Amino acid sequence: MNFSLESPNTPVLAVSRGASERKSSPVASESVSQSTSDIALNTKANTKMRAENLSAYFGKSQVLKGIGLPILEKKVTAIIGPSGCGKSTFIRCLNRMHEVVPNAHVSGEVMLDGLNIYGRETDPVRLRRRVGMVFQKPNPFPTMSIRDNVLAGLRLNGMRIDNAESRVERALHQVALWDEVKDGLDRAGTSLSGGQQQRLCIARSLAMEPEVILMDEPCSALDPIATARVEELIHELRADYTIVIVTHNMQQAARVANYTAFFYLGEVVEFGKTDAIFTHPKQRRTEDYITGRFG
Amino acid sequence: MSLSGEHHAWRKLTNGAFSIACVVATIVAVVPLFGILYYVAARGIQGINLDFFTQLPKPVGETGGGMANAIIGTLKLVGLASLLGIPPGVMAGVYLAEFGQTRMGTVVRFSADVLSGIPSITVGIFVYTLVVLTMKSFSALAGALALAVIMLPTVTRTTEELLRLVPESLREAALGLGVPKWRATISIMLRTAAPGIAVGIMLAVARVAGETAPLLFTAFSNRFWSDSWKEPTASLPVQIYTYAVSPFEDWHRQAWAAALVLVSLVLILNVSARLLVRNRVRK
Repeated sequence: MNFSLESPNTPVLAVSRGASERKSSPVASESVSQSTSDIALNTKANTKMRAENLSAYFGKSQVLKGIGLPILEKKVTAIIGPSGCGKSTFIRCLNRMHEVVPNAHVSGEVMLDGLNIYGRETDPVRLRRRVGMVFQKPNPFPTMSIRDNVLAGLRLNGMRIDNAESRVERALHQVALWDEVKDGLDRAGTSLSGGQQQRLCIARSLAMEPEVILMDEPCSALDPIATARVEELIHELRADYTIVIVTHNMQQAARVANYTAFFYLGEVVEFGKTDAIFTHPKQRRTEDYITGRFG
Repeated sequence: MSLSGEHHAWRKLTNGAFSIACVVATIVAVVPLFGILYYVAARGIQGINLDFFTQLPKPVGETGGGMANAIIGTLKLVGLASLLGIPPGVMAGVYLAEFGQTRMGTVVRFSADVLSGIPSITVGIFVYTLVVLTMKSFSALAGALALAVIMLPTVTRTTEELLRLVPESLREAALGLGVPKWRATISIMLRTAAPGIAVGIMLAVARVAGETAPLLFTAFSNRFWSDSWKEPTASLPVQIYTYAVSPFEDWHRQAWAAALVLVSLVLILNVSARLLVRNRVRK
C-alpha cells in the first residue's frame, strides 16, 4: 500500500522532551507551527488540530503527560500503544469528551484551526459537532429506527432537516450500508449485526458533517470481515475528513493510517509517517513494541 | 478413566429433589395470588350490575344502589395524586441518577428510602394536620396529596434505578454528536428507560389506588357526589372497608363488587400503560 506524502523528501521527525534536544530538521511547511510543539513534520498538509502540552487526569492520577502532537488535515492518524498508555484518553481530549467522566480534567491546549478548544469561549457542545466520535462498541440508539439513528444528531440538536430521505440515503451510502438496509429503514438500529451497527454509528456521525472524526478502537468488537469493511470505509473517508483512529491492532494502523503516533505511559514516544514508524522506528521502545517484545 | 463418577447417582438424586422443591415453592407463592384473584372475581361478580356503576349508595336498610360516586372518587383521587406525585418523582429520580454522586444526592436518596418505609397512616396524619385542619374540611385535595406523598419515593427510586441501567455508552454517543447534556438526558436516557419507568410508575399508582388508611382522615368518605375538590370524597378502598365491616349481607356483596372493580381498574391502568410506551420500533 502506498501512502504517498505530498513532499518527496524522507519524512523528518523529531521527538524530544525539550527544545534543546530537538534534532535539526529541514524547513517545515508554513502551516506547521514550530513554536510550542515538540514534533515537526515536513509536509504540506495543513495541521487541522494540534495538542500542545496536553495533560489529562482522572482525579489525582495523571494519564497524559504533556502531549504535543499535530493532526494533519484529511489524513488518517493512528494512535498505537499498549493498554493503559492513554490512547483513548488522548482522542477523548480532542473533542472534550474526557471531561464528561466525573473528576476528570485536562490542562494544556488543543488547537482546532488555530483556536484553542479549551479556551474560555469554546462551547464543548459546538466543538463536538465539528469533531465527531465513533466508539469502541457500536452504540446505536435502541429506541430509534435505522433512519432515525442516522438523523439523531440533527434532530437532537433541533436542526431543521431538509430532504431527510436523501440525507439518510447519502450517509448510509457513505458507509456502504445502504444496499443492506434500504428495504428496512424502519427497523430498530439494534436489529443489525455488530459490523452493520458500527457502520450505522459512523453514518450517524457523518450526517452531522463533522470536519474531524475520532475513532476509538472502532473494530475491536467486530469480526475480521466487518473489520475489513470499516477499514475500506476509512480509506474512502480520508479524502474528505480528518481521521484519528486509536487501535490495538498494529496491522490495522499500517493498513489505514498515513501517520502513526506511538504512545507509552502517557507520552508520545514517536510520531511520523506510518511506513517510517513501522520500518525504521527511531526509538528503541517503538521498535520493541511493534516487533512484539512488549505491550 | 471411567466416565461414571461415583457421585453421579447421588448428584442426580439431589438435582431431582431440588427441582421438585423449586416447583413446590413456586406453587406456594402463586396459589395465594391466583386465589385472591379468583375469590375476588367469583364473589365480586355477584354484586356487579348496571346500578353498581350508576347509582349512589342507598341508605342503611334499603337494598340495591351502587358505588358510582366511589368509583369516580377513586379515579379523581388517583388522577390528582398522579399529577402531583409523578412529575416531581421523575425529576428527583433524574437528579439522583445524573447528579446524585454528591452529599446532597445521598441525603435525597436516603430521605426517599425513609419516606417509602413510613407507614401510610402516618402520611395521612401529616396531611390531616397540614391540609385538613387548615382548610377545616376533609377533601379530595387532601386525599390526593396524601397519596402523592406515598407515591413519591417509589417513583423517584424507580426512575433513578432504571436510568442507571441505561448504558453510559448511549449518553456518550449523544454527547459525541454535539447534543447538549440536558437533551441527551431527556431524549436518550429517559426515552430509553421510559418503558421500565412507566411500569414502575404504574406499580406506584396501583399501590396508592388501594390505600385506605391515609384516606380515612383526608378524603374521608361521602354518601353523595362531591361537587368540588374541597369536599369529602368517597373512594373504593374506604367504601370497601366501611361496607365489609357492616352487618348487612347486601353491603358485603357490594364490598366484593367494589374490590373486583378496584382490581380491574388497576389491571386496566397497568396494561394500557405498557401498551402506550411499548417500543414502537420493530425489532
